[in-house]
Amino acid sequence: MGGDSKYQGLWYVAPYVIGLLLFTGFPFVASLYLSFTDYDLLSSPKWVGTENYEKLFTRDRTFKKSLNVTLIYVCTTVPLKLAFALFIAVVLNYRIKGIGFFRTAYYVPSILGGSIAIAVLWRYIFANTGLINMIIGLFGFEPINWFGEPGNALFTITLLRVWQFGSAMVIFLAALQSVDKSLYEAASIDGAKPWQIFRHVTLPLITPVIFFNLIMQTVQAFQEFNGPYIITEGGPLKSTYLLPLYIYDEAFKSFDMGYASAIAWVLFVIIMVLTLIAFWSSKKWVYYAGDKRN
Amino acid sequence: MDNLSHIGTGLEPKTELELKLRRKTRISAAFRYTVLAVVGLMMIYPLIWMIGASFKTNAEMFSSPSFWPKEATVQGYIDGWKTSTPYTFGHFFLNSLWIIIPKVIGTAVSCTLVAYGFARFEFPGKKILFATVIATLLLPNVVTRIPQYLLFRDIGWLDSFLPLWVPSALAGDAFFVFMVIQFLRAIPRDMEEAARVDGATTLQTLIYIVVPMLMPALISVCLFQFMWTMNDFLGPLIYISSVEKYPVSLALKLSIDTTEAFAWNQILAMSVLTLAPSLTVFFLAQKYFIEGISTGGVKG
Repeated sequence: MGGDSKYQGLWYVAPYVIGLLLFTGFPFVASLYLSFTDYDLLSSPKWVGTENYEKLFTRDRTFKKSLNVTLIYVCTTVPLKLAFALFIAVVLNYRIKGIGFFRTAYYVPSILGGSIAIAVLWRYIFANTGLINMIIGLFGFEPINWFGEPGNALFTITLLRVWQFGSAMVIFLAALQSVDKSLYEAASIDGAKPWQIFRHVTLPLITPVIFFNLIMQTVQAFQEFNGPYIITEGGPLKSTYLLPLYIYDEAFKSFDMGYASAIAWVLFVIIMVLTLIAFWSSKKWVYYAGDKRN
Repeated sequence: MDNLSHIGTGLEPKTELELKLRRKTRISAAFRYTVLAVVGLMMIYPLIWMIGASFKTNAEMFSSPSFWPKEATVQGYIDGWKTSTPYTFGHFFLNSLWIIIPKVIGTAVSCTLVAYGFARFEFPGKKILFATVIATLLLPNVVTRIPQYLLFRDIGWLDSFLPLWVPSALAGDAFFVFMVIQFLRAIPRDMEEAARVDGATTLQTLIYIVVPMLMPALISVCLFQFMWTMNDFLGPLIYISSVEKYPVSLALKLSIDTTEAFAWNQILAMSVLTLAPSLTVFFLAQKYFIEGISTGGVKG
């Protein structure tokens, strides 16, 4: 498109630039500033230096508990979800009749799963006399106290997210289907067993989407809010009190905006460090077509 | 393993081996179908059960894990629709719609303009700006939420739909921008260049040439935005305070808080209605969802 003013493109991206500055750039900087202040919405923010952070790491036991629970939640949910997604995608990838039907059946939960209605359903399903306990009762087992036991309660929220493995699965499936079939044939002529083919041909070729899914799911898991807010309300004994819920309570219930911003920044730094580690390590395990290594 | 059976013809294997392979293929196919069916049933059963349960009486709901109601009743729907507020559930549906429609339109228009700018023009600072699209994609909202709230409070937008509309109308959903850019990059530029040679302005080219070709991507964008806005809970929770303006998601939460503990059939009936629009849209336009997420990659 030669001949145009070199600023013409800027006009098209102008809405984005305005939005970026107003709703991302400014709030990003402002929240860092707020995290060093005491701000209760009534009077203007008061600079307190690093006091919020000192309190977080030395005196705040709720934060310690909440951080701990969040890490456990992320470290169980993300691997389980990705493993499920990959496993089902691999099974679907064989030339299976009715692939469309199964793909839909697995995908529907991730379409609906973000809805509050599903969180409500979960709350009922895992109730003491709810669906799950009725079903395990049919097999003669004792009902499980899902929401009363700390470990169980967190597990119900994990299960809600793992149940939504469909979107990760569709991405895996698309990647699997784009793998050159002749590679499989070459490998099997060479006498490779199916597992070996999967391990040494398929898996390396789809590492870019594994990487993509890993990052997206991790960032998302750290921000889980609906589950603990609706299903368990953070309990019992704060065993499902994930950091986003803690931030919400501090900001919009206690109106302690400075302290809430400090927690948000700790959460942000954790996510960022993990993302950077993932990017850095990706050079070692993510394979890109056209790459000279190999 | 299907691969083995047809490469066999070239290698002329012994029939015994071929038979063995075939049997193996059949067993593993049966195994795969069993796995798929069992896991699939476990995935879908809660949803099927929910629909059935919404037609049950409260007493029956806690007595049988079967999804089929013994005496079907729509009482849950009738009572749930009335809600404990002065408004019916229909009122909350209209609110949701009133949030969704401007937001979806704003998203589609702004994403088209911005993606066109990124994919078809060179301008100073483009590299850095594009890097911010990726950075925003990964930036957790949790870190910007509080100052955003303060900003909207200061300009007097609290308890209105503006905080939900405006950021999207300014291409605030980096994921959609990214998706349309990717799509646009894959479209050859011949037609656009021809139009430009014939004297069309870049804006005319965008509207008459690019937008029609972008349609599949734009439909995906609209559908995802519809779905996510319908599901959005935290946004309205923070910004909308009067019940009169509640969207469905908040109304449902309100009904759990205010209905007596044993009126589960009402709550489930309203949950089914809450899911119905998303489910309908998904089944009508499935192909766009699957394509959208396989080309752009998606959170969800």
